[in-house]
Amino acid sequence: MKPSSVEMKKKMLRALLLIRRFEEKAVDIYKAGEFTGYLHPCIGQEAVAVGACSALKKEDYIISNHRGHGHCIARGADISKMMAELLGKATGYNRGRGGSMNISDPDIKLMAANGIVGGGIPMAVGAGLGCKMRKKKEVVLCFFGDGASNNGVFHEALNMAALFDLPVIFLCENNLYAISTCSLDSVSCTDIGKRACAYGIPGPIIDGSDVLEVLATVGEAADRARGGRGPTLIEAKTYRFYGHHPGDPAEYRPQEEVMFYREQKDPLENFKNKLLDGGVVCASELDEMERDVAREISDSLEFARNSPQPDVKEFVKETFGM
Amino acid sequence: MRELEYREALREAVIEEMERDGSIFLIGEDMGVKGGAYGVYKGLMDRFGPERVISTPISEITIAGSAVGAALTGQRPVAEIHSVDFTTLALDQIVNQAAKLKLISGGRIDVPLVIRTQGGTGRRVAAQHSQSLEAWFYHIPGLKLVMPATAYDAKGLLKSAIRDDGPVVFIEHKMLYGTAGDVPEEEYLIPLGKADIKRQGKDITLVTYSRMVFRALEAAGDLDREGISCEVIDPRTLVPLDIDCITASVNRTGRLMVVTESCRRGSVASDISATVTAGCFHNMKAPPAIVAGLDTPIPYNALLEDASVPGVTDIREAARNLVK
Repeated sequence: MKPSSVEMKKKMLRALLLIRRFEEKAVDIYKAGEFTGYLHPCIGQEAVAVGACSALKKEDYIISNHRGHGHCIARGADISKMMAELLGKATGYNRGRGGSMNISDPDIKLMAANGIVGGGIPMAVGAGLGCKMRKKKEVVLCFFGDGASNNGVFHEALNMAALFDLPVIFLCENNLYAISTCSLDSVSCTDIGKRACAYGIPGPIIDGSDVLEVLATVGEAADRARGGRGPTLIEAKTYRFYGHHPGDPAEYRPQEEVMFYREQKDPLENFKNKLLDGGVVCASELDEMERDVAREISDSLEFARNSPQPDVKEFVKETFGM
Repeated sequence: MRELEYREALREAVIEEMERDGSIFLIGEDMGVKGGAYGVYKGLMDRFGPERVISTPISEITIAGSAVGAALTGQRPVAEIHSVDFTTLALDQIVNQAAKLKLISGGRIDVPLVIRTQGGTGRRVAAQHSQSLEAWFYHIPGLKLVMPATAYDAKGLLKSAIRDDGPVVFIEHKMLYGTAGDVPEEEYLIPLGKADIKRQGKDITLVTYSRMVFRALEAAGDLDREGISCEVIDPRTLVPLDIDCITASVNRTGRLMVVTESCRRGSVASDISATVTAGCFHNMKAPPAIVAGLDTPIPYNALLEDASVPGVTDIREAARNLVK
């Protein structure tokens, strides 16, 4: 599918919408007590996931993080299996053993979402080494946040990826906050993308709320990687509309800042309006898309709710091997 | 049969496996001329090329982490970490990632990797380079743990570790690299999880591993002359542990001694002792004995270093106490 095609744009719009509604539903049922533990919605950040995944090919690998539902959905994951995993059911992607932060689907090369900040970054180096060995022009896309970019392993991994010209795209979703710590107070240079020069690699800094800009930039980085020209660090400026997790009132953020991003930088609304204004979609198509997505979400929730709990005896037997 | 050094036996294992399976590669520091930290890989970069023998900067987290990432995506890495003391830096990738990805993915993801490292005292390289940290890895479900004592065991076990589809921590001993032993010319594998009775006996079951095996065997020879017959069992693999072999022996001898170079507190020896005693209690003639290192960081001075870990004398003394 050509990046600029109408078909692609509609696909991306639907993905933005599906992520938004999935996350909203997840937050609702979490607050209603249908599941517990950790949930890190990516509401407000959807364009990074959708733009990036849309720039990749089927053979490429994705390494995700704790705020990874958008990555999974943008990659084409089955949201019924995602919903079932959130509810800890046996039919979930991870058979109820992983939960929100660890959803993986090797069939679509979604190798691991990680509950450790920065945990996936060195893995991307390894995946890149594997790609280089196999010579099949596969690329690795590693998602992480502003907080992870301060972790020691970021330095090790970018250094090594650059040294070995690995086909890795290190995509930093700078949503400005690592829980309550603003990246302006934790990152020693003005932009995370500027760190790329320490490794001699490109470090484009982009508007992460613009799905087309993300698509284009990741596409360029993927071409670079496939062409054997090494890794790229991309900093996508974005914002999470809510707290770190549903229980977090995010009082550490100024209200004006939150309102600015919600009103001016909504990746879904902005792209929707862009396509409407450009005549790419019409209002009735959008309504139909909303209804369709709503159906898909409610079907996935029904599937999850009706699914069985994992079998405890089976689990205990599995542990004997360990 | 020919004799090979432990180091050379490991090297042969790696060469055979790499020739058999092109997805296997090596990663670690100083992999070129030096052939890795203790020369196990000498000549291998020339033989297999820098794409399969990867020499990295000093980046333990990423050495281990890239082993995980490569294993997830179809390769079979063998990562070397210079000293077990430096695995501390890589623990997130070993413990939180490699050990857990299979379970937390619902069984859909395998992590076929080997982390090779070495530990132990004897080289006077002091506290931060002489530890025995196997208890940490023993305690993490999802990891296998191998500690070979002889050249024969080292080769057969490393081949099996590389072929295993899960993460294996393979801890060698710095004082064993130069020790020689019989190693067959023909290819052989030693299955993980199978203990080796290195000396048969009837009065005491002496369980030990890694370098302590040699001290135990020496002590057993001395004790035999005093009329105390020790059965020396080397589990070789600590996880999964061949508990059946040990309990069968203790049910025969009625006495258990576990010897470890590591410090006593929270040691693998403590766990083996407790587990075996629970299973064999009614057949035991004495409480179990644990002969372990002192609970201390390892000091530099040679006398002090040697005093920090069990010697042949300590093992003999403990055996005499068991039969009193």
